[in-house]
Amino acid sequence: MSNVATTSRELGNYLEAFTEFAKRAPGQNQGWLRKLREDAFAYFCEVGFPTTHDEDWRFTNVSAIAQTAFRLPPEAVNVSAEQVEPFRLGGAACELVFVNGRFDPKLSSVNSLPKGVSAGSLAEEIRRDPKPLERYLGQYLNTQRDVFCALNTAFLEDGAYVHIGRGTVLEAPIYLLFVTTAGEAPVMTHPRNLIIAEEDSQATVVEDYVSLGAGVAFSNAATELVAGEHTVLSHYLIEREHTDAYNVSTLRLQQGRSASVASHSVLLGGGLVRNNVHPVLAGEGADCLINGLFIGNGHQHMDNYMLVEHASPHCASRQFYNGILDGHSRGVFHGRIIVHKEAQKTDAKQTNRNLLLSDDAQIDTKPQLEIYADDVKCTHGATIGQIEEDELFYLRSRGIDEPAARRLLLYAFASECLERMKPGPVRARIEELVNEWLFHTEPGSPEPGNAAQERALHWEEVG
Amino acid sequence: MALLEIRNLHVKVENHEILKGIDLTINAGEVHSIMGPNGSGKSTLAQVLARRENFQVTQGEVLYDGKDLLAMKPEEAACEGVFLAFQYPVEIPGISNAYFLRSALNAVRKYRGEDELDAMDFIPMFKKKMKLLDMDDKLMNRSVNEGFSGGEKKRNEILQMAVLEPKLAILDETDSGLDIDALKIVANGVNALRSPERAMVVVTHYQRLLNYIVPDYVHVLVDGRIVKSGGKELALKLEDKGYSWVEAEATA
Repeated sequence: MSNVATTSRELGNYLEAFTEFAKRAPGQNQGWLRKLREDAFAYFCEVGFPTTHDEDWRFTNVSAIAQTAFRLPPEAVNVSAEQVEPFRLGGAACELVFVNGRFDPKLSSVNSLPKGVSAGSLAEEIRRDPKPLERYLGQYLNTQRDVFCALNTAFLEDGAYVHIGRGTVLEAPIYLLFVTTAGEAPVMTHPRNLIIAEEDSQATVVEDYVSLGAGVAFSNAATELVAGEHTVLSHYLIEREHTDAYNVSTLRLQQGRSASVASHSVLLGGGLVRNNVHPVLAGEGADCLINGLFIGNGHQHMDNYMLVEHASPHCASRQFYNGILDGHSRGVFHGRIIVHKEAQKTDAKQTNRNLLLSDDAQIDTKPQLEIYADDVKCTHGATIGQIEEDELFYLRSRGIDEPAARRLLLYAFASECLERMKPGPVRARIEELVNEWLFHTEPGSPEPGNAAQERALHWEEVG
Repeated sequence: MALLEIRNLHVKVENHEILKGIDLTINAGEVHSIMGPNGSGKSTLAQVLARRENFQVTQGEVLYDGKDLLAMKPEEAACEGVFLAFQYPVEIPGISNAYFLRSALNAVRKYRGEDELDAMDFIPMFKKKMKLLDMDDKLMNRSVNEGFSGGEKKRNEILQMAVLEPKLAILDETDSGLDIDALKIVANGVNALRSPERAMVVVTHYQRLLNYIVPDYVHVLVDGRIVKSGGKELALKLEDKGYSWVEAEATA
């Protein structure tokens, strides 16, 4: 590893962690996997964490992450079934629970999976039969361009491995629950998921990020989802960690011919959140829906970075992100669309709508269109506003009191995103969570009811 | 005791005096029409009564059922039985018509100390009222007023009134934008709600609506003042002669 050069003080901590990790990481006997990790780590060391001078990070300062001495989690953390119970999603085809990034078989249930579907631990799969993974793992995420993906890949250990066989239709969702148990020392986890949907299959996968206990934690998750020809897939990300958590997640979608994929992101928790969604429409006639809702309060910071790549003709992409920001929270929507030269007849649309509920809340919204084909349809639009006084008065004039009227209007605004989700247990859960947020925080009130807001201050003040 | 008593009401909007001393007494069971040229202050009066907050009352008082109406928030006035059918009903995407109205009805019922209605009790009643206004069931699950035609929006206002059963209903230019068929349907809906306990204020520029909703009293509002009051025949006279003769009379 002669090319590993720590250029700054902070990287020393990662070097130590990586050296330890390399001794016990699964599949180190596989040359390709060891190289994948080492190359990724080398890139991370070379480039380090991004700063706000980096165009892709202009609105999000990650120096708090860079300056915290995170450690990999201790091997054994005991989480009881009772602790996990409240998070579980009823009606799932299977539930895989990961504690600090590691699969916990005791808490998981994979019994009811139909033929043609397998779901389990990626670490186990690497130990069991690593060879077939080489084709996929690390082939889609750009570990030589995105530092957080590089870091995730360097520390690639466990996560979900989901395989949907050819022609298989799975109606109930596959539910992945990621629990971080932050203790006294700041903990980092790098969950890595690989989801492979073979030709003509259909499935829904949910990633749900939650915290147990207070304390600083950094989840840096990455998912590679490979959607084969003529697949119909839905992916959900739910971020509801506490506000001491840093959460960076990257979803990389690789879509084959006529693959139809929906990505739904719902950000409710986390102190500093970066949500990367990166579909590549590689096969002709593929389409994707990139749907998101982010709701912030206190000093939460939620950055949504979309990169939609049209690489084939006749593909369609729809991006809809709605943000609701209260207190001192800050949101970012960065919607980048790249239409490659061969991607004629592209139909790309992007809409970002935002409601600011307080004078101190802030949103930065930025479309970025790079079009190299000449026969395409690309539109983008963004709005930033407050709750409409006319609408508020209309509701109140019918007897609905002001707080309830505000909640109704906010719920209606959120519904624009909720309604794009297929009715079922996942949507019902998300509706519940949004409602909880609305009732819990009394949105728009001068004193946001977020007890953790002061603790969350630290990342905004540094740098 | 009168249901509504307006005394010497002066109202400013953005420092511009719109209402310049209105006196009006309305008893339960009566239908009053307020007519007047554009810009005379009709809508301002309607909205002040519904407690829209961006109006500044500089003088006067309004007693509703013996209570100080001007001290009430919009939702309080609504729960006390004041209803405004909007001239321009607001579109609210994302909230279904049925959900909105059930929320409103339950807010009012809760205020009155009555049990809230669940969807099972509410829907049959709601459908019955929709029938009264010849409204398509499909509008029930559509977002409030979103994509409704002008006529559907106005019917939706009267539907809300039929569900909420107010004591004082104020109809602000409910006839504008309606063709004669829609006008008749709306008028039928309104007439079905006429009762000895309920008073109505019909604000309109034109007389035609009053052929179908026959008022007990007609008041003519010109430049923020009621310059003439009379029976329903006054409306016909206005139709015939226009507003200029009352304006002339008022300034004479």
